[in-house]
Amino acid sequence: MSLAEICGLQDFDTFKSRNVYKNDLDSFCTNFNHNMQLGVPPFSNPAENLSRFTKDEMGREIKIKFDHGTTTLGFKYQGGIVLAVDSRATGGQFIGSQTMKKIVEINKYLLGTLAGGAADCVYWDRVLAKQCRMYELRNRERISVAAASKLMTNMIYNYKGMGLSIGMMIAGWDKRGPQLYYVDSEGLRTPGNVFSVGSGSIYAFGVLDSGYRWDLTDEEAYNLGRRAIYHATHRDAYSGGIVRVYHMKETGWEHIDNNDCNDLHYKYQEEKKVREEQGDA
Amino acid sequence: MSMIERPYYSDYSSAPIQHQFSPYADNGGSVVAIAGDDFAVIAADTRLSAGFSIYTREQNKLFPLSDGTILGCAGCWCDTLTLTRILKSRMQMYQHEHNKTMSTTACAQMLSTLLYYKRFFPYYISNVMVGFDTEGKGCVYSYDPIGHCEKTNYKAGGSAGALLQPLLDNQIAHTNLDKVPKEPLTLEKALALLKDVFISAAERDIYTGDKVLINIITKDGIKEEAFDLRKD
Repeated sequence: MSLAEICGLQDFDTFKSRNVYKNDLDSFCTNFNHNMQLGVPPFSNPAENLSRFTKDEMGREIKIKFDHGTTTLGFKYQGGIVLAVDSRATGGQFIGSQTMKKIVEINKYLLGTLAGGAADCVYWDRVLAKQCRMYELRNRERISVAAASKLMTNMIYNYKGMGLSIGMMIAGWDKRGPQLYYVDSEGLRTPGNVFSVGSGSIYAFGVLDSGYRWDLTDEEAYNLGRRAIYHATHRDAYSGGIVRVYHMKETGWEHIDNNDCNDLHYKYQEEKKVREEQGDA
Repeated sequence: MSMIERPYYSDYSSAPIQHQFSPYADNGGSVVAIAGDDFAVIAADTRLSAGFSIYTREQNKLFPLSDGTILGCAGCWCDTLTLTRILKSRMQMYQHEHNKTMSTTACAQMLSTLLYYKRFFPYYISNVMVGFDTEGKGCVYSYDPIGHCEKTNYKAGGSAGALLQPLLDNQIAHTNLDKVPKEPLTLEKALALLKDVFISAAERDIYTGDKVLINIITKDGIKEEAFDLRKD
């Protein structure tokens, strides 16, 4: 203490107060250093209780709307895996974007599709991308899709019941060939051959199931995916925009194409008309 | 026996009053950003209000994070203050750690992560960020409250966002118009459009009005402009 007095330091607390700003800063962005550590709300059970606080002093409703809604699909066939998605993001009734990217390129051999809360999916995909890269550097080989998807479920399972909304497919190619997993925020993780996720999935499944065969050619597979998404965007108001098609091959993923739903609509109408005429003749 | 008279307190009624913690407020305001090949502009109105009352008519809602990146915030003003304070210090930390200024793309990602940190008790802010991308072209990043980020060329956010976005779709992207020739957007056109849309917003949105502050980023740096809106 006496040394401090000689140095002209009156109060040791001044050191602390200098740190307040930094502590404050750290406590508002813990997830920069520890990606899985998100902020704790000042109330329990945020999934239910957040809505109690979304009123201002006058009692008017504050509407916090996250980007939502989707149709996504993915299926395995002899040529690998095809993923097809729409591109509409809705916040309530409002279409926030018609050009959203719902396939996240985790790395060259891993793709994630995105359904449910957009920010939820994108954030955790990014964390997963980091973990996969770390795995590669530590083990000198690529992570298996099974392991990657398990990392993902384990991460989101920590936040189960907190209100995360995620329904994603993780597609990749590893030592054991093409792999397709479904992972969601309830904690489910399952491998499979044909998946469709999102509000428009019921419509997509109808088309997908009727046209799906293991021995589809690449072109047939792209067309099937495209058509299934198109029909979902046609019937589901929360889906629309652009249909994006990706192909997971042994050499990594490939972006096949983007098609505007509007263009597809008239293209399919035209094809239908031709078929009908041929049927008459 | 005299009765002791009970004092009368006006707000001391028999019915219990429940007080609630209301951390959120909607302070209104609109932000519009437009980017072209060699410029990016962002504008926000200067009205800060709560319900029917106007707190101030000259509140700047644009925050330059660096010489080439500007953030516009509309929504809950207290959240905006906290968020921008943290952004500012993180910009400074980056500058000192790496001895260079953070790029717009990095800023965009940082903001997304920062917003997601408060996933379970979100910032109530519409964020729009402008700057130059890695190719040196003007770009706009728009966010939802919990940090979903999309790179675009134009975006209207805040209280009049839903009102203005369709107008920009029509005038800039010419969505679903086949016969309009696609010309590159000039700064003059963007500024004229910006003023037009804000005038329209002030006409129909009670939370937007008073004045518009515009920040223009070009290769030469940031230039500021202002013009008046209806003050009613």
